[in-house]
Amino acid sequence: MASVASKLYSDDVSLLVLLLDTNPFFWSTTSIKFSQFLSHVLAFLNAVLGLNQLNQVVVIATGYSSCDYIYDSSLTPNGNFESSGSGMPALFGSLLEKLEDFAAKDEELSKEEEHEDRIASSLLSGSLSMALCYIQRVFRSGHLHPQPRILCLQGSPDGPEQYVAVMNSIFSAQRLMVPIDSCYIGTQNSAFLQQASYITGGVHHTPKQLDGLFQYLTTIFATDLHSRGFVQLPKPVGVDFRASCFCHKKTIDMGYICSVCLSIFCEHHKKCSTCGSVFGQSKLDDVSSVSNKKRKAPDT
Amino acid sequence: MSNQRKRLNGEREEDDEEDAEGIGEWERAYVDDRSWEALQEDESGLLRPIDNSAIYHAQYRRRLRILSAAAAGTRIQKGLIRYLYIVIDFSRAAAETDFRPSRMAIMAKHVEAFIREFFDQNPLSQIGLVSIKNGVAHTLTDLGGSPESHIQALMGKLEALGDSSLQNALELVHEHLNQVPSYGHREVLILYSALCTCDPGDIMETIQKCKKSKLRCSVIGLSAEMFICKHLCQETGGLYSVAVDEVHLKDLLLEHAPPPPAIAEFAVANLIKMGFPQRAAEGSMAICSCHKDVKIGAGYTCPRCKARVCELPTECTICGLTLVSSPHLARSYHHLFPIAPFDEVPTLSSLNDSRRKLGKCCFGCQQSLLGAGNKQGACVTCRNCKHYFCLDCDIYIHESLHNCPGCESIRRPKSVSLMEE
Repeated sequence: MASVASKLYSDDVSLLVLLLDTNPFFWSTTSIKFSQFLSHVLAFLNAVLGLNQLNQVVVIATGYSSCDYIYDSSLTPNGNFESSGSGMPALFGSLLEKLEDFAAKDEELSKEEEHEDRIASSLLSGSLSMALCYIQRVFRSGHLHPQPRILCLQGSPDGPEQYVAVMNSIFSAQRLMVPIDSCYIGTQNSAFLQQASYITGGVHHTPKQLDGLFQYLTTIFATDLHSRGFVQLPKPVGVDFRASCFCHKKTIDMGYICSVCLSIFCEHHKKCSTCGSVFGQSKLDDVSSVSNKKRKAPDT
Repeated sequence: MSNQRKRLNGEREEDDEEDAEGIGEWERAYVDDRSWEALQEDESGLLRPIDNSAIYHAQYRRRLRILSAAAAGTRIQKGLIRYLYIVIDFSRAAAETDFRPSRMAIMAKHVEAFIREFFDQNPLSQIGLVSIKNGVAHTLTDLGGSPESHIQALMGKLEALGDSSLQNALELVHEHLNQVPSYGHREVLILYSALCTCDPGDIMETIQKCKKSKLRCSVIGLSAEMFICKHLCQETGGLYSVAVDEVHLKDLLLEHAPPPPAIAEFAVANLIKMGFPQRAAEGSMAICSCHKDVKIGAGYTCPRCKARVCELPTECTICGLTLVSSPHLARSYHHLFPIAPFDEVPTLSSLNDSRRKLGKCCFGCQQSLLGAGNKQGACVTCRNCKHYFCLDCDIYIHESLHNCPGCESIRRPKSVSLMEE
């Protein structure tokens, strides 16, 4: 079995699944244009593919109302770097074409929606799930496969309604030992991405200067998993572990947990809206339970 | 073969043993594997390993259907805060070698895997270990949430001695579990390898006592079915099963890892006040309240009293608030919002058109759904988003991911309506 292939598959061959945020509601508010951003990303993808001839790149677009695969380097014939008619490397001609199709379809789907005041979130949970399915397929393909990792290039704010789905994806990635790197280019902090990178052992970074995005991408996120042990990568600056409550979708740092289903509520309820348990005896229990001392503090 | 060998070195004792069993050691590996049964002939008469994927998938579908049937109609209520004692019978019978190398070693091995899986699925729950030896029950570990300390204690004490006593074990566990808070689910899981129980008193009384304290007792037998175990499980609402081989034992054990359905009378529902501390930046310096020591680096700050603690989940030593991180809770949510099983797509040519519209690839992993020779391969479809998935993704989505990639890629207020219905 010590064939050429197994020798080529050393420990630094990587499969990079890039989740590209294409949410138009976010991109209309930024200082950097989407086309500028895309040129940074394309250069970065080229760099990753150039690092090792077995490296593989998959790009999934995270839209406002849909997600889809827009590029898979394993499907295009290798070494096809010559320019086609349009003067664009053929490698990314197909990516841009698909991205255009995707954006048009995404726009059509989101027309039916009425818009909220704040910037809408993009469908991170969908693209994460798709990326994990793809990686699962790579794992199935035999024991000679590139080391997969996921990179989220996200700018839209978190969508609290995706909380459960995003967390499910994070835990599945953790079980598969797939790190989720995240590069957040929006204005607020993304608790989802911070947690994703922290739990799965990936790198989270928020670039300060978007003009130099390519620098950030190549110096931080191009590093393969094997080399990460030797490189000084940015350390997490505090992770937001707060939860969002099920009743109002607010982010809270203290709340009530249903003992039956662990649903989170920001205020005391009589009945759990998730599992239907009735908390009739809660007041009685407060007095009798072992932990009554903690109830002395005023519940606000 | 063994006769021949006997003639060559007839006086050696091990040969007598071999003869008694009728198989040599070298043969045994093949007899156990039954490797010839996993072969089939293909059209051209060549031997090929049997393609098991379809069988695996059918088995998995059956499991899924049973689960979803049980959940259908009612609101899903699960006991997510569990206090489980694992009782392992290390009596003389555990030294038997019908499970190789011995029942004891196999039990320890699979209990270790079970403990890890248990904490993965029930991060807020606690486990304690009890062993039975020489007719007496010993506490190996008290209830706790750290898998490593349990596994260490379990692996340290591997010897099988004396008789087994179900009553002594139940009495000990009952004593421990009576002290846990009322909202917790009290469970006992007994791995029983003996065929008898030597008890100091009336075991029926003990069983009634357990029933009264709402202990859910389950037993996994390693030898044969016993009336007293069955009676215990029936009375306390647990599961009784007997393992036929190692794989079966593993399956039976892992069945106990997902939380059991909550039965209203077993635990009182309650709202517990909890805090979600934020993790401090690496390299920051603070005095932690749990060790009363200066710690550099990671720590968590209690949202109520701003005290620093080192690890989660825990209780704040200053104000007594239960501190958890939201990932601890979120780990259990897939039990509450399970995704519906996918429907199998009949391989009919009439479906060709709709399939063509959605592409010939699995929506999750982009694998082609066309089988060999451009025939249609087996695939499944989600009821809500109508996307097609391959069988491997189907299993992965339901057993590990717990998200439908198709449904997550459509914008709609799905989860909100789910919670408000």
